[in-house]
Amino acid sequence: MKFGVVRFPGSCDEVDAQLAASRAGGTVLLWHGDRDLQGVDAVIVPGGFSYGDYLRAGAIARFSPVMGSVRRFAHDGGLVLGICNGFQVLCEAGLLPGALLPNVGLRFLCRQVDCTVVNAGTPFTCACGEGDRLSIPVKHTTGRFYAPDEVLEGMEAHGQIVLRYAPGCNPNGSVRDIAGVANPEGNVFGLMPHPEHAVDLLTGSRDGLVVFQSMRDHTGGAVAA
Amino acid sequence: MGSAHRELGLTDAEYRLICEQLERDPNRVELAMFSLLWSEHCAYKHSRKLLRLLPTHGERMVMGPGENAGAVDVGGGRVIAFKVESHNHPSAVEPFQGAATGVGGILRDIFAIGARPIAILDSLRFGEADSPRSRYLLDRVVAGIGHYGNSIGVPTVGGEVFFEGPYEQNCLVNAMCVGLAPRERLIRSAAAGPGNLLVLMGASTGRDGIGGASVLASAELDEEDESKRPSVQIGDPFEEKRLLECCLELLDAGLLVSLQDLGAAGLSSSAAEMASKGGVGLDVDVDRVPLREADMEPFEIMVSESQERMLCVIEPPALEDVLERCERWEVRAAAIGAVTDGARLRVRCGEEVVGDVPVSALVDDCPLYDLDPAPPAGGAGRLYPPPARSLSSDEPAEILLALVGSANLASRRPLFEQYDSIVQSRTVRRPAQADAAVLALEGGGAIAISIDGNGRRVACDPYRGAMEAVFECAANLACVGAEPLGLTNCLNFGNPEKPHIAWQLERAVAGLADACRALDVPVVGGNVSLYNEGGEGPIYPTPVVGIVGELPDPARAGRLGFHRPGDAVAFVGPFQASLPGSELAKLRGEPLPDGLPELDPAALRGALEAVRDAVRSGAVTSAHDAAGGGFAVAVAECCLAGGLGARIDFGGAGERLLELLFGEGPGGFVLSGPRESLDALAQRIAVTVFGEVGGDALVFSHDDGELVVTVNRLRAAHDGGLGRVIGA
Repeated sequence: MKFGVVRFPGSCDEVDAQLAASRAGGTVLLWHGDRDLQGVDAVIVPGGFSYGDYLRAGAIARFSPVMGSVRRFAHDGGLVLGICNGFQVLCEAGLLPGALLPNVGLRFLCRQVDCTVVNAGTPFTCACGEGDRLSIPVKHTTGRFYAPDEVLEGMEAHGQIVLRYAPGCNPNGSVRDIAGVANPEGNVFGLMPHPEHAVDLLTGSRDGLVVFQSMRDHTGGAVAA
Repeated sequence: MGSAHRELGLTDAEYRLICEQLERDPNRVELAMFSLLWSEHCAYKHSRKLLRLLPTHGERMVMGPGENAGAVDVGGGRVIAFKVESHNHPSAVEPFQGAATGVGGILRDIFAIGARPIAILDSLRFGEADSPRSRYLLDRVVAGIGHYGNSIGVPTVGGEVFFEGPYEQNCLVNAMCVGLAPRERLIRSAAAGPGNLLVLMGASTGRDGIGGASVLASAELDEEDESKRPSVQIGDPFEEKRLLECCLELLDAGLLVSLQDLGAAGLSSSAAEMASKGGVGLDVDVDRVPLREADMEPFEIMVSESQERMLCVIEPPALEDVLERCERWEVRAAAIGAVTDGARLRVRCGEEVVGDVPVSALVDDCPLYDLDPAPPAGGAGRLYPPPARSLSSDEPAEILLALVGSANLASRRPLFEQYDSIVQSRTVRRPAQADAAVLALEGGGAIAISIDGNGRRVACDPYRGAMEAVFECAANLACVGAEPLGLTNCLNFGNPEKPHIAWQLERAVAGLADACRALDVPVVGGNVSLYNEGGEGPIYPTPVVGIVGELPDPARAGRLGFHRPGDAVAFVGPFQASLPGSELAKLRGEPLPDGLPELDPAALRGALEAVRDAVRSGAVTSAHDAAGGGFAVAVAECCLAGGLGARIDFGGAGERLLELLFGEGPGGFVLSGPRESLDALAQRIAVTVFGEVGGDALVFSHDDGELVVTVNRLRAAHDGGLGRVIGA
């Protein structure tokens, strides 16, 4: 299993994502200007402020050369995980439905929150049980998930709502407490909480590790050198 | 003699000295450079002599004062670099950009020596919390710090905020950065090798921040500060993020001879410092500096404080490789000059020489002034008006609730939640989990960091107050099990030309020096910010102290909250509670006392070591030092952090009840753990009170009665305290 972690200028959590993924497999950094995905089994679009997040969070990153390859990779069924800014990029790129709006508090918010696994049938949650509560931090200014009602109904029907904030834990005003969503095919997953910052009890929690383990299990489990 | 120099902040005598050095009148470029390099901000002309009192040597010190940042060895070939710096006046004039560029500037100091920034802490002071200006400044300063730190991917792991009347006009914004480097990557700023190239990297140069160091940082604030807004720089963390990654890559590839950031006084001071340290000269061609505005004058280019720029020296054959790597990171880079044999800084504009001065005249020959200290007539109580009375009750439970909800002691959650405290995956103790931030290091071990400085207590007694700041900071480290390795400080004071300010400065530096010697902690660097006063008088003298320590096992890092019902609670240490100068005295509107009680450095050190050992050995469940609000507030904070009550019995208190509960002083700690562990500790330090963790209320019982407050009531007061200030 080889994870590729995209590095944009302005990415902040790419090394953290690499560290976390390395607990489940091999990892390589993918430079934003390169189109070659180096034969990875899964792509992680990490958190941070790609291209300074000028214009709108994620709006510039989607035009980068590497994202052209990621889009094709996703269309071919490859696993793509977008965390925080990566989630924003995937929404901007049209790989995920909905959009991320400024938090209701209008401020940056860094907080450990509880999330509930709504769909344990995706490649990103298959090592969880449905209803599992995961303690994972959020840290963002623009994390309020929004989609029109009719889109949300469709998403609910197709099991695309993968992760919700636990009752009372919604930090940003996301519609229906949505914390993470998948595309209809289930191979692209974006979430605002940072599972890569919850992989070691020493730094607070290891509940996020299950996302990377799920990806490994789904892919077949072999650990690349 | 013209008068241009006076508008630039130079005295007539200083101007004459410049003419003597040059053996002619300086031209416009030269005068601009002198005015900045000879400003208080750059030349430390009122503080340099005093700073020589500070101990600057230690076994573990790798870099000391004079470099861009200090550094200490943490074993395994790793060093920790750190420094604190002020951005007070820019923040008073334009709080968002002032605070943001304060963070940007201190980050550059750290990566200028080859270290990757791994943590930011900040120390903030504003006027009273009910002032609209304080609320505005707090909101924008916190947003500015978060904007820069969050965007660049460096966690903000700690800090402190106090609200006091004397900071109403002149807020304080001090930012500390901590970096990590493999020892072999450390680089100095000394230029070397005549014929080597000088390369300017990063943002283009514009007209922003011209005269920042002299106009803003080295004069008192006044009514016309609005007009100084253009002197505040604009920060771009995205530019700096690329610059940071690019510089570290160039260092890893061994392509740089020396590296220096551009801060106050821009190119002038960076080039002069690099040349001075290397004993060489530099030629700078302003024609080759990438500009933001086309028609800039040579003097403007030389003194612009545009942010996100670095200057490096490279060997000529490395140029192509350096430029290619810069392009990959989308970092602008241009060779703008060369190292020369002569010890002169020569400014060219193409073929024309537009400035030519001896480096030593710029860097070394600024006159240093002796202070003329005298204690304030009538004492601290006359210099600073007493705060307005906001609490009239004598009832202990009401006092406790008022204190835990007061602006200075209330929960900082609404502030620190605006900062990313976890990026880079090292944060073992986040804000409010322990007295100090703890970061685990790759390859084992951990460091702990705290930043402290209670200006009100320094105002009462500059010598003992400054000592207390050092012991308080070291106590925070002891509570997580860390041993101090090095200290950085930022001296925030008023106008040193006034005798009572000179006296505060001199006494405070003596206190810092003696406390550092008592703890064997070297001062590895720091910053001085003077002229912090407006029309209504000076700020409280505020030496801010940041200490970095180490602990062997991050898994055993201490926590502040009670954790296990049934644990014994002990109040330990050579603590002498006294009410004058305390938070309670402030709420009661009492005037500042003239002097603080004497303290015993050896006993304080012994207590720190005993607590540190107890935490490291895992013998205690929690450790917290008693600071603002005294013993009662410290215990309340342990209850709040752990969500558990406690029952404390301290027998006969009599008339000293309020003093015992709320009196302040150094050297007191609240520990919880198995009774036998605390009994064992009693053989090393004084244990004054015992109690037990449990229940849902905090109960203090004494011979004359009981004080009972539920943890829920404490929480409501504590959590809501700052909400009123920031409108969250």
